[in-house]
Amino acid sequence: MQTRKKYILLTFLASWLLLFFFGGDQLRRFAFFSGRKAEARRSWPRWTDRSLLKIFADPEELQRDGDPSLLSPRERRAAWLSVYRSSRCRMETCFNLSRCERHGFKVFTYPQERGQPVSETYGKILSSIERSRYHTLKPEEACLFILSIDTLDRDHLSGQYVQNVDEKIRGFPLWNGGRNHLIFNLYSGTWPSYTGELGFDTGQAILAKASFDTRSFRPGFDVSIPLFPKEHPQRGGDRGWLYQESVPPKKKYLLVFKGKRYLTGIGSGTRNALHHIHNGKDIISLTTCKHGKDWEKHKDTRCDKDNVDYERFDYQELLHNSTFCIVPRGRRLGSFRFLEALQAACIPVLLSDGWELPFAEAIDWGKAAVVGSERLLLQIPSAVRCIHPERVLALQQQTQFLWDSYFSSVDKIVHTTLEIIKDRLSPHRSRSRFLWNVLPGGLLVLPDFSTHLGDFPFYYLHHGYSPSKKFTAFIRVVSQAGSLSQPILRLIQAVSGSQYCAQIVVLWSCEKPPPPSGKWPQTSVPLTIIQGRRKLSDRFFPFGAIQTDAVLSLDEDTSLSTSEVDFAFSVWCSFPERIVGFPTQSHFWDAEQGRWGYTSKWTNELSIVLTAAAFYHRYYHSLFTEYLPAGLRELVDGLAACEDILMNVLVAAVTKLPPIKVTQRKQHKEGVAQQAECSDGAAGTPPPGQRSPSAPHPAAAREEGTDGSRRLSQRQDCLNQLADWFGYMPLVSSQLRLDPVLFKDQVSVLRKKYPSLEKP
Amino acid sequence: IMCASAKYNTRGPALIPRMKTKHRIYYITLFSIVLLGLIATGMFQFWPHSIESSSDWTVEKRSVHDVPVVKLPADSPIPERGDLSCRMHTCFDVYRCGFNPKNKIKVYIYSLKKYVDEYGTLVSNTISREYNELLTAISDSEFYTDDVNRACLFVPSIDVLNQNALRIKETAQALAQLSRWDRGTNHLLFNMLPGGPPDYNTALDVPRDRALLAGGGFSTWTYRQGYDVSIPVYSPLSGEVDLPERGPGPRRYFILSSQMALHPEYRLELEALQAENGESVLILDKCTNLSDGVPAARKRCYKNQVFDYPQVLQESTFCVVLRGARLGQAVLSDVLQAGCVPVIIADSYILPFSEVLDWKRASVVIPEEKMLEMYSILQSIPQRQIEEMQRQARWFWEAYFRSMKAIALATLQIINDRIYPYAAISYEEWNDPPAVKWSSVSNPLFLPLIPPQSQGFTAVVLTYDRVESLFRVITEVSKVPSLSKLLVVWNNQNKNPPEDSLWPKIRVPLKVVRTAENKLSNRFFPYDEIETEAVLAIDDDIIMLTSDELQFGYEVWREFPDRLVGYPGRLHLWDHEMNKWKYESEWTNEVSMVLTGAAFYHKYFNYLYTYKMPGDIKNWVDAHMNCEDIAMNFLVANVTGKSVIKVTPRKKFKCPECTAIDGLSLDQTHMVERSECINKFASVFGTMPLKVVEHRADPVLYKDDFPEKLKSFPNIGSL
Repeated sequence: MQTRKKYILLTFLASWLLLFFFGGDQLRRFAFFSGRKAEARRSWPRWTDRSLLKIFADPEELQRDGDPSLLSPRERRAAWLSVYRSSRCRMETCFNLSRCERHGFKVFTYPQERGQPVSETYGKILSSIERSRYHTLKPEEACLFILSIDTLDRDHLSGQYVQNVDEKIRGFPLWNGGRNHLIFNLYSGTWPSYTGELGFDTGQAILAKASFDTRSFRPGFDVSIPLFPKEHPQRGGDRGWLYQESVPPKKKYLLVFKGKRYLTGIGSGTRNALHHIHNGKDIISLTTCKHGKDWEKHKDTRCDKDNVDYERFDYQELLHNSTFCIVPRGRRLGSFRFLEALQAACIPVLLSDGWELPFAEAIDWGKAAVVGSERLLLQIPSAVRCIHPERVLALQQQTQFLWDSYFSSVDKIVHTTLEIIKDRLSPHRSRSRFLWNVLPGGLLVLPDFSTHLGDFPFYYLHHGYSPSKKFTAFIRVVSQAGSLSQPILRLIQAVSGSQYCAQIVVLWSCEKPPPPSGKWPQTSVPLTIIQGRRKLSDRFFPFGAIQTDAVLSLDEDTSLSTSEVDFAFSVWCSFPERIVGFPTQSHFWDAEQGRWGYTSKWTNELSIVLTAAAFYHRYYHSLFTEYLPAGLRELVDGLAACEDILMNVLVAAVTKLPPIKVTQRKQHKEGVAQQAECSDGAAGTPPPGQRSPSAPHPAAAREEGTDGSRRLSQRQDCLNQLADWFGYMPLVSSQLRLDPVLFKDQVSVLRKKYPSLEKP
Repeated sequence: IMCASAKYNTRGPALIPRMKTKHRIYYITLFSIVLLGLIATGMFQFWPHSIESSSDWTVEKRSVHDVPVVKLPADSPIPERGDLSCRMHTCFDVYRCGFNPKNKIKVYIYSLKKYVDEYGTLVSNTISREYNELLTAISDSEFYTDDVNRACLFVPSIDVLNQNALRIKETAQALAQLSRWDRGTNHLLFNMLPGGPPDYNTALDVPRDRALLAGGGFSTWTYRQGYDVSIPVYSPLSGEVDLPERGPGPRRYFILSSQMALHPEYRLELEALQAENGESVLILDKCTNLSDGVPAARKRCYKNQVFDYPQVLQESTFCVVLRGARLGQAVLSDVLQAGCVPVIIADSYILPFSEVLDWKRASVVIPEEKMLEMYSILQSIPQRQIEEMQRQARWFWEAYFRSMKAIALATLQIINDRIYPYAAISYEEWNDPPAVKWSSVSNPLFLPLIPPQSQGFTAVVLTYDRVESLFRVITEVSKVPSLSKLLVVWNNQNKNPPEDSLWPKIRVPLKVVRTAENKLSNRFFPYDEIETEAVLAIDDDIIMLTSDELQFGYEVWREFPDRLVGYPGRLHLWDHEMNKWKYESEWTNEVSMVLTGAAFYHKYFNYLYTYKMPGDIKNWVDAHMNCEDIAMNFLVANVTGKSVIKVTPRKKFKCPECTAIDGLSLDQTHMVERSECINKFASVFGTMPLKVVEHRADPVLYKDDFPEKLKSFPNIGSL
């Protein structure tokens, strides 16, 4: 470098330095030395007389905040009823809580009227409600009413728009100004302003509406629901697309958008700007001008090139291969894109100012989405780049959890809406926000069972709880020949011998009365006998007598040793949310017949643990009885051997995990033939000899008999009906069995804790 | 790291341009501008003066009474009333906040003035002690800026905490003449006692246009969700009385009401409750015949009994917080401080910080109409939950109620979270008390997914120079059907790996990575070459595992992708004599660790091991050339809270845990060193995260009397 230039550089630097050292505050604040700046900044003065300052309110004034107003509390509440109506509705003022007290939370759907066809989507919503456990046919029992008029599409330009709703509603004797009504809506308003207007007077009805605007949303009263397409499945629903959890996320694109660009009108501001962030590499933002009939009229200079680029990428491909997806507002605030991104585990980046997010009363969207601001679109790329890989992984997983828990089917969307409303009715028996946002999700957690997290099998790790260290042996007796049989006596002895056994409960499901207490064996633990109602589903009733977290469910003819029980219980303590048991069976897809197959043969896999000998959490009794709709339990009661499959299906649907098989001594069950069937067996009671096929005998041999094959086909039917009911097959297969650490190892038996498990 | 650089790129070119030989004129111009600037500042702001004045500000010895007086003309403008439809995207100017790497809003505080009307009468008290504390807290916080031009949020120094202590119209005029008022955009007002007789509005009556309101006592009709912030009514007793936290356990009363000026209607209902349930319900009132000098605020009476307030609150499980004239009550703060579970009976009340706090965990909300059912509702709450609510209540007080500082910072944080939602504080951070934060684990791989089998796994072999043994391992491992890639980590810097042609020919890609240093932690580096989720870490001398065993191990890992799934198991024990942890490798009935000489795990744990290992464990491992496997076991157990899965029966491993120091395996010193590792790691983690279990995983039909050829994994357990 030439000396002269060096000189220039030097002077230049020197003058900068000078400027910084001697410059005024304004200049020094310019950026470089933030540390220095902090020292010199002017903070709030430490007043010399600050301790003498007056207190903001006199302590007495604070404590004696009396209510001298003219109205008494009761009068004030009455006055509210007339003041806070329609747009200012709240549960306190527009909802009659007393209707829900007598019969609980019951929902009545208006009967369909002839000549009033409803859209496919509204039909699904209505049938979701009818499938729910809250549905009632009696309006006098109901707490919540749902109209039979299709109110989903209130865009009067649409073909689905129903005319004269006001008039029809006025004709309903139950309408009562909309009190205790719930109105579903997906589209409201129309070109050009797309306001939230529904085109009829909703009165005091609760709105469950998509694209809710925070300003018209009545907090704690309305429910914001997601926009979903008419193809959305009624039940079950597809799983999310995330099957790999990698850090850093191994996706081709960071951020994508592909959609329409509105050239004019509402929402065009954001959509028009989206192309700015396109970089052609990891950020793909494509817009097309083609939409509507007369787009060419408003066409601008970008349009032609944009339209060409737009065709080069496939929307589905982008969705699958991007970490973040921009979800901008459309004409309305919500869009289909939102659920599509959620399912695809493409973290939604929301650009829809003022949108009351779906179920935001329950769902913490910050855990699954990036809530951006339309005004700060250009900051989005750098903002998402700065999100830590671990956070990205957590966001991705949360999208999948939320999708699967609340959005993947119409059933889930509708049931979530109902549960949110139900929770408001008795705030002290409702789900905390925590419950809604961790697995397995709010729908599967019944606040009526308990409001304490430690009572559920799902939160042990979250709060450092552990399940109670004892179990309840729960033996079902269906057969009886005058006195207690040998197997059940042996079973009681073996189970009560376990140091972890807290109590034995016998469910006596037989018409004959149980033997007097003197006939029962003396045990070191309390023994309780419950007279059952002789229904198959009875064995999973949440009996108050069961007081431990763990239940060891047994059949009277099950044969187990104390060490088998001990070991299985120690395994259950590690997997308290699963079924842990001995004999297992499995399901498979029978491609030839196009249905689910069921086998009790020895296989290398298992997906069902028979409840004839299994540990599980007592909460599953409550889920079985309270959560499953009555129809499903009736189905089970009608079939011969289905209730344990339903239990397995239920637990698998909750956990998404397979059950666990543990080591079992040979000879699981003894002479089945000696048992006499319960006389006058109820219609559903199965012949006990065929209950619980045991694994040790090669099942092929067992099922040769006609009884065996009839039973098998019944179970297969059951499995298929359940899969149909759930909308998918929840069962998951496992290839492993858990054995004691030294099981059959070549080491002295003296060293082994469970040597007896190895005896033939 | 990538992100930081990206950030700086977006900030434009560096401030000092690089010298290029051309463009001389450009530099000269710049130079002269700078020089001019220098001269200008030198002239207008003589430097000793400027520095003195700014330091003067910080240590200023000034009285509140000395602040400048501002006279408000009677006709000076009044802001519009508050706009109920305001939301962040309509009334808040986000551009002022901008993108900044720290994701912190900048808050400016107007300097203190004394406002008088035309006649010289004060508009309000200049400033209350609490508001001064609040402003001091903001000023001391990270949010503060003294530069009005860089501020995103403006806090007036006009004290509106108590509406009764100010003149509404004049205060509004004072607000309107603030230098950056601009219809109140981005201005934040703090108010704890809104409204006044007779109607007691639930929000501050001072017209304030678009200003945000941090208010105590909002009702659902005045609270603008997502715009306003609901804050507590501060109780000055918080600072005066020290109530030590009370442990769980039964308390003398079940329900207690301590408020003094209850509406007679409420009092009647409470007394009915007391009549029904006897002594477990205590309804206190003000004391009528207190001797002089005893502050009435600190005493409560029931009949002739006198109780100390707020101490008496600690004697009860539940404490009733009823609405008074206003919805927000200072008693809520006292109740929380006492660790008494508040029973909130105030329809339509927006609880303090309800945007982020989960009040269901700390309180019971009962509709006014159901007041008579209070007793049975409260009785239905499980005891364990009550204890947690008490702890939670106390924690809310400590974190968000106890001082004006806590209130101010929580308010600013909530606004900050709205503006930088992608950096927002999580639900857990807001709500979990320290004890819960400490004992809970949030598994980073929480989604129950069974990864597809087709993905396969990547075997990572750490080797130094045992080429022959390494080649045998490669050949053996390559027979496993689900192997998708083999990665050899060549940890020897002095020797080159064998030539390509010498390596065994296998059916999957084989990559060799050379490391810069011979470190054990190289085995756990998240190499880009690992493209599968599953990693099989295997030593270069583990040749005794059969293909079935490895394949089965992979299948087990698929069912437990968030755990370490390995072959040789180990145990930690508490040595009562020595009073410390001990490492155990004998035949035991329990396992708590698996050796990573042969173990499957998720690649994510490589990332954690390399970047998130707590304390100096990583360096310690590299320095001692030992215990990297124990460290990995600790790490995984600590983040997931789950045990390891040991697979398949015990085998005679030659020397599975001491490849680096051959021949010492059974040596006593080795065991001592391993024990030391456990003690060291337990102290770094501050806890013993390892979980002991009694089970191992075998194939479903293992050792069952069944034709071997029909089993999926027949060759398991052969020695």
